[in-house]
Order: sequence, then C-alpha cells, then structure tokens
Amino acid sequence: MTRYVMVADLRRCVGCQTCTAACKHANATVPGVQWRRVLDMEVGQYPDVQRLFVPTGCQHCQAPACVEVCPSTATRKRPDGVVVIDYDICIGCDYCALSCPYDARYKVDEPTWAFGDQPTAPEAARFDKSKLGVTQKCTFCVDRIDSGLARGLTPGVDPEATPACVNACISGAMTFGDLDDPDSAVSRLLRENRHFRMNEDAGTGPSFFYLWDKEAGP
Amino acid sequence: MTAPPRLTLGHRPRLQPFWDVRAACNFIGGGTGTGLIMVAAGAALVGGPWWPAALVGFACVAFGLGMVFLEIGRPWRAINVFFHPQTSWMTRESVLAMPLFGLGAAALGAGLVLGADSGVAIAALVLAALIAAGFLYCQANILRAVRGVPAWREPALRPAMLATGLAEGAGLFLVVGALASPTPPAWSLWLALLAVAARGAAWSRYHRTLHRAGAPEASLRVLDRMAPWVLGLGHGLPAVLLAMALALPPTMGSAAPSVMAGVAGLLIAAAGWTAKLLLMTRAAATRGFTVPHTPVRGRGTSRPSPAPPGWGL
Repeated sequence: MTRYVMVADLRRCVGCQTCTAACKHANATVPGVQWRRVLDMEVGQYPDVQRLFVPTGCQHCQAPACVEVCPSTATRKRPDGVVVIDYDICIGCDYCALSCPYDARYKVDEPTWAFGDQPTAPEAARFDKSKLGVTQKCTFCVDRIDSGLARGLTPGVDPEATPACVNACISGAMTFGDLDDPDSAVSRLLRENRHFRMNEDAGTGPSFFYLWDKEAGP
Repeated sequence: MTAPPRLTLGHRPRLQPFWDVRAACNFIGGGTGTGLIMVAAGAALVGGPWWPAALVGFACVAFGLGMVFLEIGRPWRAINVFFHPQTSWMTRESVLAMPLFGLGAAALGAGLVLGADSGVAIAALVLAALIAAGFLYCQANILRAVRGVPAWREPALRPAMLATGLAEGAGLFLVVGALASPTPPAWSLWLALLAVAARGAAWSRYHRTLHRAGAPEASLRVLDRMAPWVLGLGHGLPAVLLAMALALPPTMGSAAPSVMAGVAGLLIAAAGWTAKLLLMTRAAATRGFTVPHTPVRGRGTSRPSPAPPGWGL
C-alpha cells in the first residue's frame, strides 16, 4: 500500500512563505485562499522568546472528518491517502469546512482578482469557474503525483511528481513521500526525529508530521 | 515569579466564517417545525385541534430547508445531498425530509377533505411526527459531527437541541392555539411547562459541561452572556405565565389564559431561536492550532506548549 504524508521540520522552517507562493502559483488559488500557509507563532515572555513557523493546510487525515460529513460524496479519500474534492459534485454546503479541525478549507462564491475588478492576463488564463461556490483545499498536488507516477517517477523523490510547496522550500524543511515505504525519506525522518501532529485530540489521524528534535541516541 | 509562557500569533480560535444566519434558520425552522408537528400529532390523538398547528409546522421545516437552499454555493446541484447516507447526517436529514413532506401533504389534505378527525389524516400525521422526530435527531447530530467547532462537538449539545425543538414546538402550539381558541387545553400548558423545564435543564447541563471540558473562550463568552437572558426570559417568565394560566379559574368569555399561554409560547420559541442563532453565528469558534513542543534549535532547548491558546479550561 501507499500512504502519502508530509513532514515539516520546524527546526528548519524560516517562515519565508515560499511554499505558500509556490502553491498559489501551482494551483492558481485566488486572493484570500491559501491551500498551503505558514502559521507564525511566538512563545514566551521577553527576553525569553521563541518564534516558530508552522506550515499547515489540509492534513489528508487517515479518518477525515470532511469525508464522513460530506453529504454529496464530493470529498473522498483515495487509496494512497490523498483526500480530494470532486468540484462537479460538491454542492458548497460548507459542512466539510466546518468539520475540518485544521481550518484547511475555503469557499469562493464570486470571481476574485488580485488587482481590482479585472483579472490580470495570467489570472484570466487560469480562471477555473468549477471552483466557484464549492469547497476547495490542498490536494497534495495530486495532478503532479498522478502524472509523475504515470511517467514512472516517484513522488517525494522526483520533483515533477512532488507537491509544489516541497519543491519550492528554500530550507529543505518540507518533505513528501510514502510512509508505507520504509526506505522513503519521510519514513527515515520520522524514525530519526521526534515528531508530533497538530490537534491530534480531534481524532482524525492527520498525515502531516512535524519534526521538533532529533531522536535520542541509544 | 515568572509569567507563564504564551502562544500568540496566528493560531487562536476564530469565528467560523461558513454558516451564517441562513444555516441557523435551518435549525430554527427544522427544530420548531418538527417539534410542532409532534405536538400537533399528540393533539390529534387526544381529539384536539391540530390542522393549523401542523400546517405551521410543515411550513417551518420548509422555511428552514429553503434557507439552506439559499446558503449553499451550488443550489442547483442540491440533489447531490442524497448521495451519502452511510455517514452524513446532512444526507440523512434530507432523506427524511421527503417522507416528512409526503406524509404532511397527506395528513393536511385528508384533514381538509375528510375532516380533521378522519383516521387517515390522523394516521398520516402520527407517521409524519415519527419522521419529524428522526429529522430533529439528525439535526442535533449534524452539529455533533462537526469536529472543527468545539462548542458544537460537545455531546451535551445533542439533548439540548432535541429539547429545544420540542420546547419550540410546544411553545408555538400555544401561539397557534391562542389565535384559534380563547381556552387553551390544559394538557398543552402542562406539556409546554414540561418542555421548557427539560430544555432549561439540557441547556444548563450543556453550558456546564462545555466549561468543564474546555472550549474556546470566544464561545464560552457568548454562551455566558446569553445564559441569564435565555434562561430568564425564555424559561422562568414563560413558566410563571403558564402556571398562572393553569391556576386561573375558567371564566366565560375571558381571554386571559389564552393570552398568557400565547405570550408564554412565543417567549419559549423565541428563546430557542435566539439560542440557536447565537450558537451558530456567534459562539461557533474553531479549534485554533496547538503545537505541543517548540523545535529544538540553537540553544538546544524546547519548551512544551501551554494549554491551547484562546481556550477557557
């Protein structure tokens, strides 16, 4: 089996938002929509303050709350663990968006442009009206995964088959791959480092792991 | 003494931006309507007037579903709502709406043609009331299934929503009765009194449990502010009015009991509507984000995260 997951190394992330920009570029999301975003957090009291950056988005959960509640079956989980939305079936009820413990879903009802009332040429070229009035979210760049696999590439290894945010990350903080492959980079990182998942008490089994320290030695 | 560490930026709970007053109207109309249908069926079984109340009940449910139609992003695909009965309470609610309206049309039509005391009409209404109970149960579970909004996820909300629907129905039955007759039947006053007591107890329990279990402060603040008003004006005052209406000796030509019952009923229903509206549009804070550890970087130290930011525990 295959289970695609994302690993974000919080020791490396510098909050540059390059992943956010790469995602917007790859997926042509409109202003106000960030399938990949980076939370900026500050902990402590002056002078003992620590700042951390936490990339987040759809966590492609093992037991996705969005799939459970979706009345139309538009949201479904693929055998490889990627949670996708069929924009042709979704009725835009937002039930999934409310059920998501990670604030990862968006809905845009009207065309929205970056500069005023008219789209720029790239916006006009990539405008997708099937995304209006329906829920949308990160897909782990499923089109890149699928086209890469069709060409014999390995997601997480070959950039053409890897999510845009991972390819763009300047610090190597983000890694994508198959958790069920013990030799994959994500499996190795999770073996060698201490990690957590956010909001685990929600019980959805997120596929987004955060590294925060190296594993204690033997 | 060192101040406790705090998390600040970018991850506190926020008010959910998705469901607005239109979605709240589905729970208001659905709860009131199904409650009213159930009470009307009870009235039919004891030989009381039921037709106007049932009509209003079905209209309330239709109003609620109509508001959902206005709320969803792709209303012309609404038929797709029926695709996922295996796990989606929204699908189950929609599925039940079909026989509910079918039986409603049969009951109202038979009542109109054959008379309100016809067996066919009453049987159809009683069946509709059973479906209405299922519809109300689905509505309560729609909120319970939402993992992103802790105030809705709290299990004690389910009985509170059920009790609210029944109380709204009992209250509106008194209003409809007050418009139709100067003497409300005693059983309807007792029923409203019981329903309002049950709802008060269920909401108080929900409020207490939510505080105990922990929830976003934004949700707790709204519920804390709402509680005395809703409990006082929507439970205490109507209870007094109902007790007075029950205690008044029947006097020929006096409309006082009916007026008192009508006002009490309206207060009971309005309290339920207010509570649902605030719960859905003002108290619906998301979970926010909690990071259990900060990363170990240059200094080689990590600190555990404090309690979820923006939560009242």
